[in-house]
This record gives sequence, structure tokens and C-alpha cells, in this order.
Amino acid sequence: MTDMSTTPAGEYEAQLGDYFALLKPRVMQLVVFTAVVGMLAAPVSVHPIVGFASILFVAIGAGASGALNMWWDADIDAIMRRTQNRPIPSGRVQPKEALAIGVALSGLSVMMLGLAANLLAAGMLLFTILFYAVFYSMWLKRATPQNIVIGGAAGAFPPVIGWIIATGSFSIEAWLMFALIFMWTPPHFWALALFMRNDYDDAKVPMLTVTHGRRATRRHILGYTVLLVIVAVGTGFTAIGGPIYLVTSAILNGMFLLGAIRIWQRDEDDSEADNFLVERKFFRLSLWYLFLHFGAILVEATLRSYGLGGWA
Amino acid sequence: MSIRAEHELHTRRRGRNLGIGLMLGGFVLLVMALTYVKITNIDFNNLPGGAIQTQETK
Repeated sequence: MTDMSTTPAGEYEAQLGDYFALLKPRVMQLVVFTAVVGMLAAPVSVHPIVGFASILFVAIGAGASGALNMWWDADIDAIMRRTQNRPIPSGRVQPKEALAIGVALSGLSVMMLGLAANLLAAGMLLFTILFYAVFYSMWLKRATPQNIVIGGAAGAFPPVIGWIIATGSFSIEAWLMFALIFMWTPPHFWALALFMRNDYDDAKVPMLTVTHGRRATRRHILGYTVLLVIVAVGTGFTAIGGPIYLVTSAILNGMFLLGAIRIWQRDEDDSEADNFLVERKFFRLSLWYLFLHFGAILVEATLRSYGLGGWA
Repeated sequence: MSIRAEHELHTRRRGRNLGIGLMLGGFVLLVMALTYVKITNIDFNNLPGGAIQTQETK
């Protein structure tokens, strides 16, 4: 008998798709999109191959932090309905494999971004990976109900990295894009926590819904939405904004604020009666909200390169 | 027991190995393209060494 035959024929062999799922491809999409917008909104043009390679390494870095997160959170992922089918809790990938992939891809992505773009961008990518995988996943998530607020910063760094890839430095515009995602994250996740409540309760993750109650969560959603509206609309008057962004932002923020007010006005009986219809709509709108804001920044940047966009 | 050249395990791993091979090939091509772009875009006159050389020739 050969060595290979000792592997039971019926045992599941992880496929490439299983390892890809470990990298959280949906989160990666958001990372790629916002990093591309950050890079293209910058006033310095990037060679297409350098730009493509840099964004690819940012995406790989984001995927690596996703794999590390899945390795660390495998115990709670197995409890929550939303995450039960992830590669580790479903048994398709071994935890050790996820750790190895996460560490290897982190190193590769940071090193390659340093070579492709610049050391500041590589440093920011390393900081983002550590922030998400260590600071958020290993400590914050299970320690404080403000996990989403502070952890949201990890998801907000990609446009800043994109900007640094192009310019090699920080600027106020990059931090405005950061602020947009940072302020957007809490209402987005708290709306999810309202209608996926049993998940977080069962997993004993100290979400605001669990620690401070659902009434407080509804108040927090409204509070953060008001702050988000100020940041999002205010960005329209800066160098990365313009008339198209401002109109888009005004419409989206009006809808978003209305949704937050409705969530705040409702009580649990109302929500139970229609199976959290308003909360679900608000969550779906939040996805479009971010996509269209960054889309508008991209349109302004593209027009600006033809001497049309922005306020000039 | 007869030795089979094609084990069932090989068939199962074929897709995975092919995918990894393609990714590594793509990575090599990307590094080559990056190297080409970096080298062809260097302004040799503005390098520190170049500046010294220019001063010396003056």
C-alpha cells in the first residue's frame, strides 16, 4: 500500500474554493472597491500595472486578515447560524491550515505592496491586518460592546491605503473617506444585530443588543447615523466631492436618516410583527449607501481627469 | 495489490493543484511586469549617484 491510500477515500479534501472562502471574498470586494476609489481619487496618477498589482496585494492582505479572523473565531462561528457554513466550522478546512494561510499571505501581501507601491502603504496594510486580526478579532470583539465602533476602523483603512499607493503620503481627503466607512459601520452592523439577535446572544458576543438592550441599540443607530450624515454630506464640499457626489449623498443620506428614525421609533412588538422588515430594509440600504457614495467619488475623480468634475 | 498510476486521490487533487499552478504562474508574470515598469520608469538623472556624477563632470 502507498502512503496516499491511507487517506480514507470518503474524507473531504479541501478544494481551492474552500480556501478562497477563507479569505472572505465579499469583504474583499468592498476592500478592493474602496481602495481603488482611494487610489483614483488621489491627485497623482499611478501606472496601470503598478496600480493593479498594488490593489491585488491590498486584497490579498485583506483576505489574509479574514483567514486569521476565521481561525480565531472558529468557536463562535460554529454557534452562529450566519457563520456555520464557513470553511472551518463546516469542517472543510482545518484551523491550522487557516492560520498558515493567514500568516503566509499577510507577509506576502505586505512585502509585495512595499515593493510595488511604497513602504508607507505597506506599513498601513500591516497595521490594518494587525488591527483587524489581533486588536479586533482577538481582543475587542469579545471584550466590549463598542467592538463594532472601534473595529470598524479596520474596514475603513483601504481607501487610505489606496490614496497612499498613489501619493505616498496621508491627506485630509483620505481621512474623510476613512471617516465615511468608520461612521457607516456601526449603524450597518447594529441593524444586522437587531434582526440576527439570537446569533450574537448564543455566541455570547457582547454586541450592544446583548449588553445594553435593543432600545439602546436603536438609539445608537440613530445617533451614529446623524454623525454619518454630517461626515458624508460634508465630504461633498471638499476636493474629492463635487455636484454629482453632493446630489447622490443628499438623496442617500435623506433615505438613510429616515430609516434610522423609523428604527428608533419602533419597539420590539412592531419589529416582531413584520419580521424586522424596517431593520432589514435599512441594512440593505446601507450596502447601497456605501457603494454609491464611493461610486460618486469615483465619478467625480474620473470627470476631474477630463477637467470636468469637482467644484473647479 | 496492483499499483495504479492514477489514484483516486490524484483526481480529487487535480483541480486544486491546477489552480495553485495557475496562480503561481500569474504571480511570476505579475512580478515580471512590475519589474519591467519599475526599471523603465526610473529617472537615472535624479538618482543620488547620478547627481554626484553630474557634479563631478562639472
